[in-house]
Amino acid sequence: MNTSETLTFECETGNYHTFCPISCVAWLYQKIEDSFFLVIGTKTCGYFLQNALGVMIFAEPRYAMAELEEGDISAQLNDHEELKRLCLQIKKDRNPSVIVWIGTCTTEIIKMDLEGIAPKVETEIGIPIVVARANGLDYAFTQGEDTVSAAITHRCPEYKSWIDEKNRIEEKSLSVYSKQNRDDTFQSPNHPPLVLFGSVPSTVASQLDSELKRQSIRVSGWLPAQRYTELPSLGEEVYVCGVNPFLSRTATTLMRRRKCKLIGAPFPIGPDGTRAWIEKICSVFGIKPQGLEERESQIWSNLKDYLDLLRGKSVFFMGDNLLEVSLARFLIRCGMIVYEIGIPYMDKRYQAAELSLLRDTCKKMHILMPHIVEKPDNYNQIQRMRELQPDLAITGMAHANPLEARGINTKWSVESTSAQIHGFTNAKDVLELVTRPLRRNNSLEHLGWTNLLQPTMI
Amino acid sequence: MKLAYWMYAGPAHIGTLRVASSFKNVHAIMHAPLGDDYFNVMRSMLERERDFTPVTASIVDRHVLARGSQEKVIDNITRKDKEQRPDLIVLTPTCTSSILQEDLQNFVARASISSDSDVILADVNHYRVNELQAADRTLEQIVRYFLNKARRQGVLNRSLTDTPSANIIGIFTLGFHNQHDCRELKRLLQDLGIGVNQIIPEGGSVEHLQDLPKAWFNIVPYREVGLMTAKYLEREFGMPYISTTPMGIVDTAEFIRQMENFINSFLSKERVDYESYINYQTQFVSQAAWFSRSIDCQNLTGKKVVVFGDATHAASITKILVREMGIHVGCAGTYCKHDAEWFNEQVQGFCDEALITEDHTEVADTIARIEPSAIFGTQMERHIGKRLEIPCGVISSPVHIQNFPLGYRPFLGYEGTNQIADLVYNSFTLGMEDHLLDIFGGHDTKEVITKSLSTETDLTWNTESQRELKKIPGFVRGKIKRNTEKFARQEGITTITVDVMYAAKEALST
Repeated sequence: MNTSETLTFECETGNYHTFCPISCVAWLYQKIEDSFFLVIGTKTCGYFLQNALGVMIFAEPRYAMAELEEGDISAQLNDHEELKRLCLQIKKDRNPSVIVWIGTCTTEIIKMDLEGIAPKVETEIGIPIVVARANGLDYAFTQGEDTVSAAITHRCPEYKSWIDEKNRIEEKSLSVYSKQNRDDTFQSPNHPPLVLFGSVPSTVASQLDSELKRQSIRVSGWLPAQRYTELPSLGEEVYVCGVNPFLSRTATTLMRRRKCKLIGAPFPIGPDGTRAWIEKICSVFGIKPQGLEERESQIWSNLKDYLDLLRGKSVFFMGDNLLEVSLARFLIRCGMIVYEIGIPYMDKRYQAAELSLLRDTCKKMHILMPHIVEKPDNYNQIQRMRELQPDLAITGMAHANPLEARGINTKWSVESTSAQIHGFTNAKDVLELVTRPLRRNNSLEHLGWTNLLQPTMI
Repeated sequence: MKLAYWMYAGPAHIGTLRVASSFKNVHAIMHAPLGDDYFNVMRSMLERERDFTPVTASIVDRHVLARGSQEKVIDNITRKDKEQRPDLIVLTPTCTSSILQEDLQNFVARASISSDSDVILADVNHYRVNELQAADRTLEQIVRYFLNKARRQGVLNRSLTDTPSANIIGIFTLGFHNQHDCRELKRLLQDLGIGVNQIIPEGGSVEHLQDLPKAWFNIVPYREVGLMTAKYLEREFGMPYISTTPMGIVDTAEFIRQMENFINSFLSKERVDYESYINYQTQFVSQAAWFSRSIDCQNLTGKKVVVFGDATHAASITKILVREMGIHVGCAGTYCKHDAEWFNEQVQGFCDEALITEDHTEVADTIARIEPSAIFGTQMERHIGKRLEIPCGVISSPVHIQNFPLGYRPFLGYEGTNQIADLVYNSFTLGMEDHLLDIFGGHDTKEVITKSLSTETDLTWNTESQRELKKIPGFVRGKIKRNTEKFARQEGITTITVDVMYAAKEALST
C-alpha cells in the first residue's frame, strides 16, 4: 500500500472489460429528443446495442444500425450512395432535426471518410448530420458521449457579445412587462454566460440549475440540450463547466475551437463535490456563496444512516465508466477505505480539481491514498481482490456474479450511469445504490450463503 | 449497407464463444477491440453463471493497428496457458478484427510451440455466417481436431460400448432451455436403459472427445447446432445419427422408435421393444395427450395462430399445434434462411403459408395481416403481440432472462409436452382474460380512487411542478406525488413548486 502523500498512477495491460462507446446511443437518443442516431458498423455492434437497449429496442427508439455487409467492406459499393439512401429513409420515417452518425471500429479500419461524406449528404437531404467517432479502438464506454458532445459543439450558434445579449434580454423583458408571471430569466444576469455540459436527465439538470440560481447564477444552456434546435450559444465570452469526469474531449474542443473559458472544478457528485463545484463557479464569477455550507451539512445529516453502514468498510473499483475517481472521493468522505481505483483512462488536466479534492479528502479522513490504475488488467485485479478481500467491489456485469459466488459483495458499476447521481438532492440515491449489496448480504449472512462455489472451482 | 434495428441471430463470434465456453477447461481468446466482449456479460447475467466466463479479450487498439497484433496475441495465449492451464485455447476474431486480415493461423502455430495446451483458430467467415452456423462449424472443428489428434497418437478406440449408448450433440450455453432439455433427454435415455456416452459441448471435456465413436449413435436435438458434427462422425466413423427432434408426443415417439431401430440393427439376439413404454408415457405420464382430449381444449380447435422462430422450434411447434391440439396455423416461419428448404418441407401441409425472413417488420406485417388469436414466437414476436394486443407464447431463441428459469422447464421429451401444453393453453386463456377485463372496465377503478383523493386536498401544484411530475415514470409517480404532498402539509406549504419537490426528496427518511 502506498504510504506517501502523493497519488500514484499505474498502468496495466488494458485487458479489462467495459462497454463499447457506442452504448452512449442508449441514453443520448433519449436526452436529445429530436435526434436520430445511425450507428455505422457490423452485426457485432448491432447485436451489442440490441442487448444493451434491452426492452427499449422494442419501443422503436430513434436509433438504427447501418449494417456493413461484405460489399461495403470490400469497397464494392459506394459509401456515399448507400448512406444517402439510408438517411433518406430515416427522413421519411422519422423526420428528425439531426442525424448523428456514429463511427465504429469497423469504419476506422476500412477508413470510411464519414466526415467527408456527411456534408454532401446533409446538403442533399436537408437535415444536419453530425459525425462522431465513438469506437472501441480509442475510447471506452462513457467516452462515447464525450465524442458526440464534442462533435455537437461545432453546431452551436456563435455567441454575440455580452452587452448585445444583455440589451436583447432587456428589450424582451420590457415587451412582456405586462405579463403576470414574469420569472427572473428575463432579468439580465450580472455575470458572464455559463453553459454546462454533460448529458444528465432533465430533472437533474433542473436541480443543478436551481442550486446555482440560489447563488444568483443563471445557466444559459446545456450541452447537449433537450432538443437539437435549442443548442446553447458559444463563444469567447462564454464560460463552460462540465458535470461529468469523462468529458475531457468536449472540454478541449470548447476551449480550443469555440474559445470558451473552462471552469475546472471537482464534479458535482456527492455533497462535498457539489459544494466544491458551486464554490468554484461562484469564485470565478466573483460571487460570494450564500448558505452553501449549511446546505451541505444538512445533506450530510440526512445521510447519517447510510454513513453508519459505510464507515470503515473497504471498497475496490475495478473500473469501466470513468466515474470512479469522483465516486471514490465521495465514498472516502463517507468514511470508506478505497483500496484501488481502476479506470480506463485518466485525463489528469481535466480531472485536476477532482484529483486534488481526492488528495485533500484522504488527508482529512486520515485514509491512505488509493492506487489509481489506468487500463487495468481484470485478471490481476481479481487476484488482488482475493488477497485484499474488500467489503465491496464495484465492478461490471461480467464479473459481478462470479465474485458474489465467492462471497465478495459487489455493486454493478453500470447503475452509476443510469441512476441520478449528481447534486445535493441525489446524494442519497448514490449511497442507496452503494449500500444495497451490503444491506442485502447482511440479511443473508445468518443463512450462511456466502460461498456458493463447488470445491472444484477456484 | 442495410438499415437494421434488430437481428434474430447474433454475429458469428458469439456462436464460437458459446461453444468454446461450454466445454470444461477450454479457454477462448477474442481478438477484438474494447467492448466486443459483451459475451461475458450475457453469459454471466442470463445463465446466472457462478464461474468466471472463460473468455479473455486480446484488445485491439491503435498500437495494434499500427504495429500488428502478433506479439500481443501470442503473449495473451501463452499467458492464459500458464494462468488457467486449459486443455484447449480457441482464438477467434470478430467481424471488426477479421478485416485486418492478419495471419492469425500463423500466430496460433507460433503460440502452440511454447504452450502446453492445444491452440486452434476458429475457422469462420464473419460476413457470411451467423451465430448458429458459426457455432455448428466451431463444434465440428474442435471435434475433428481432437479425433485427428487421437488417430495420429494411436489412442483412438473404435470399439463400441457393451450396452447401447448415445452421444448428445448440441447442448450449449445460452441455448433456449438447453439445460432443462438435456436433463429430460438423459432421463428418457435412462428410462430406456440407454447409456449417455458424452454430451457435447456443455460440460464436455476435449480430452474425452476421442471416445465419441464408442457410442452406438448420435442424437442431435436441435438442427441449428450439431448437424455438421454428426455428419462428420457419420462419414468418418459410420456413426448413425437421429435428427428428429423429440418435441411433442408424436415426434418423441418417432424419436424413440428410431433409437429402437438403430439399437436393434446392432444387436444380434435380444431385440428391444419400446412400444409399450411409448404408449404408457403418451397416455398416462405425459398429460398432453389427455389435455388434447379434455373439454376446455375443445375451445382451441380451429383457432388461428402464427408461429415463428428458429427452424427446429418453429417446425416442431407448428406440428404439435396442428396434429396434437387441432389448432390452425395461419403462418409458420423461421429466420434460419440457410435451412429454408428443410423448413418448407417440414411445415408443408401444416400451415397456410410459410415465411422465411430475417426481417422482423415482415413478420410484424404478416401477423397484422393474418390477425391470429395467438402468436408463438421469439421475444420480438412477444413485443409485436403487445403492440397488436395479441397474446404470445415464447418458443424459441433469441433469448431473454425469462428463458433461463430456475425451475425445470424442458421443451423436449414427455415433460416437455406438458410444458408446451401449459404454454399454449395459458397464452390463449390469459389473452382472453385481458380482453374481458377491458370489456368490464376492470383497470379503471384504481385511477378513480387516486383522482378523488387528490381533489380533497388543499394543495395546489403550480404549472412548473406539474410538468416536472409528468417527467417521472408512471409507476413511481403516485408515490412521489404522495410523498411531496405529505412533506408540504408537514411544512405548512400550500403551493407545491419544483423546489418543494426537491426538498421533499431530500427530507425523505430511509
